[in-house]
Amino acid sequence: MLINYWPIAILIAVSTFLAVAVVVFGHLIGPRRPSERKAAPYESGMEPIGPGTRRMPVRFYLVAVLFILFDIEVIFLFPWAVNFRNLGVFGLIEMFVFIVILLVGYVYAWKKGALEWE
Amino acid sequence: MDENIALIIEWVLKAVILAFGLITGFAYTTYYERKLLARIQIRIGPNRAGPFGLLQPAADGIKLFFKEELIPAQAYKFIFVIAPILTMVPALVILAVIPWGESFELFGRQIALSMADINVGVLYILSVASISVYGIVLAGWSSNNKYAMMGGLRSTAQMISYELALGLSFVGPLMLAGSMSMLDIVRAQQETAWYIFYQPLGALIFYIAMLAEVNRAPFDMPEAEQELAAGFHTEYSGMKFALFTMGEYVKMIAVSVIFSTLFLGGFDGPAIDRFVLLGPLYLVLKVAACLFVMIWVRATLPRLRYDRLMAFGWKLLLPAALFNIFITAVLILLFDLG
Repeated sequence: MLINYWPIAILIAVSTFLAVAVVVFGHLIGPRRPSERKAAPYESGMEPIGPGTRRMPVRFYLVAVLFILFDIEVIFLFPWAVNFRNLGVFGLIEMFVFIVILLVGYVYAWKKGALEWE
Repeated sequence: MDENIALIIEWVLKAVILAFGLITGFAYTTYYERKLLARIQIRIGPNRAGPFGLLQPAADGIKLFFKEELIPAQAYKFIFVIAPILTMVPALVILAVIPWGESFELFGRQIALSMADINVGVLYILSVASISVYGIVLAGWSSNNKYAMMGGLRSTAQMISYELALGLSFVGPLMLAGSMSMLDIVRAQQETAWYIFYQPLGALIFYIAMLAEVNRAPFDMPEAEQELAAGFHTEYSGMKFALFTMGEYVKMIAVSVIFSTLFLGGFDGPAIDRFVLLGPLYLVLKVAACLFVMIWVRATLPRLRYDRLMAFGWKLLLPAALFNIFITAVLILLFDLG
């Protein structure tokens, strides 16, 4: 029922208003004495070396791809869990087969070293 | 027509009470943490502002309001400004689906002690909880600062390490209660027993994963002070910095509430069926206990390296959580538990 979600919309509105108000209020009240030094990126007191946003090696790229697969698996588990009592032994076996298929992939990824860095 | 207006007023009042309650909770969680950490380290902690230092959070807040706000010259201004808001709002919104008690009668109306009891409560919690990682990543990226950038990257790495275990540890209570509505889960626990007794392993996994979810020690890599000089919020100051802290502490409270609701019986407690309004009190007490353990863990354990966290999440927590689901399923079938 859609009406159940209206309070959530109101709560989102109230908390967005609060957060924006805090930012605006802090902006208006605080002193402002800008200088070139203050506006420079913080680097423990040194002159910044090179740009701040640069290419970074993301070693966990493969894990991130695996994460998407397994996160979808988790979502499949939720409706199954809610109806588990009605499904009984049949549901358990079905889910067991599903998880085993995924576990084969999981073990393969582990043995291939996808979960390691480098 | 009158009925509708009354309903809207009720919703707005509840939203305002919940939001301000959480912000007050945030203020006193910082005090609670500082006092407790001080006691653990044989210090006294804040005791100057007001009796027992109770006004310390207010003093800190006022100080932050009057601080100068800096925006680095090369920052992406728009994203830099909205990132703290993006962190704060989901933290406040998560608790909309938590029941604080059964409904009671006031001025001839049934008032439910929750914002919204939706039938996909658990899905709502998982999805909203994941949104706040965007605020952190965007803050790290838009600051145009190396430390901030690394902090943001680490928080992504952290999220893909623990979220699977977190999602899977929700499944145990769902199987026992047979519903995704938080109110139904609490009622099911009232009928049988708190799920921490049925799901000790699930509760442990959930607790570890939720420490990572709120970037608490020993999983506080995104803001590791000693390595990254505060990580993603290195460049933030004044009230924008306060919003990040607020988001973090409100989220600490939020996950503690969720843990209490799923595993510690929520608002359940002695004499709850006679005095409905005891519900919020019981829930707050349970949350205080959860926060106590969180602060204790912070005082005790050193920080993990973040590839170790990834290995821990994928090679230990994930198989353990799957094993827990399997055992729970078999036990439910064998003994008709719950």
